[in-house]
Amino acid sequence: MAARGEAVRPLGWEEADVELDIPARPEYVSLARLVVSSLASSRRELGDDRIDDLKLAVSEACTNAIEAYEPAGEERVVLRWRDGQDHLEVDVQDQGPGFDPSTLPERPSVTDPMRPNFERGLGVPLMRALVDEVMFASSDDGTSVIMVLYCPPVPPGDE
Amino acid sequence: MDLGFEVDQRGDYTVLAVRGEVDVYTAPRLRERLIELVSQGSHQVVVDLEGVDFLDSTGLGVLVGGLKRLRSHDGDMILVCTQPRILKVFEITGLTKVFSIHDSVESATAA
Repeated sequence: MAARGEAVRPLGWEEADVELDIPARPEYVSLARLVVSSLASSRRELGDDRIDDLKLAVSEACTNAIEAYEPAGEERVVLRWRDGQDHLEVDVQDQGPGFDPSTLPERPSVTDPMRPNFERGLGVPLMRALVDEVMFASSDDGTSVIMVLYCPPVPPGDE
Repeated sequence: MDLGFEVDQRGDYTVLAVRGEVDVYTAPRLRERLIELVSQGSHQVVVDLEGVDFLDSTGLGVLVGGLKRLRSHDGDMILVCTQPRILKVFEITGLTKVFSIHDSVESATAA
């Protein structure tokens, strides 16, 4: 089992506990949120605020995956869930053209009067802020976003 | 999943109350409503987010776009939001510095 701080092996390389395969269309993102929040609810170490964080991060990843397909066709987005003892992993995978997160365009700072000219580019910073680890694996075959949330065990006495 | 809207005029302010989940699927409807209000001459708009259960970056993008549109008409957009999970999204992205966020429609329209 991976210890905190140790690199967690990306989920896609191992069998997932739950796999959700949805059409790459906007109307299915709410289903991904529903599934993730109900899976996360089964981890009693996670408070509602952490479940909300994960739900939003997954929603952002699914949105990016869907937007990777332009124009939208019959493509799919695959979400894989894996329960670790002290963490959980969600992998959102598309087969779009891929992107390099280090080359995302710079946006003006939020205090810059020009900021309202940019409506996009908030999803990746949100994902990074909401979960404990975010990894992007992009190749010609698509992009995989792996999100990890640590679930510290409930201290004895609080059970 | 649907997005609900209610429009109410309070003095100089047009109050758009939004209900439901704002994401990549529903955000275009919010954008349309905002564009509609601006084209009808509402330039002081209060967007009441108290009935919103979920808001992601596509929703934020639409609000930022609405603010920009209103400002180009010398107008403004004021938000009403007290829910911690929605406020958090504005805080993380730094948009609390871009929007004026109030805790009630009364306080927003008294501004």
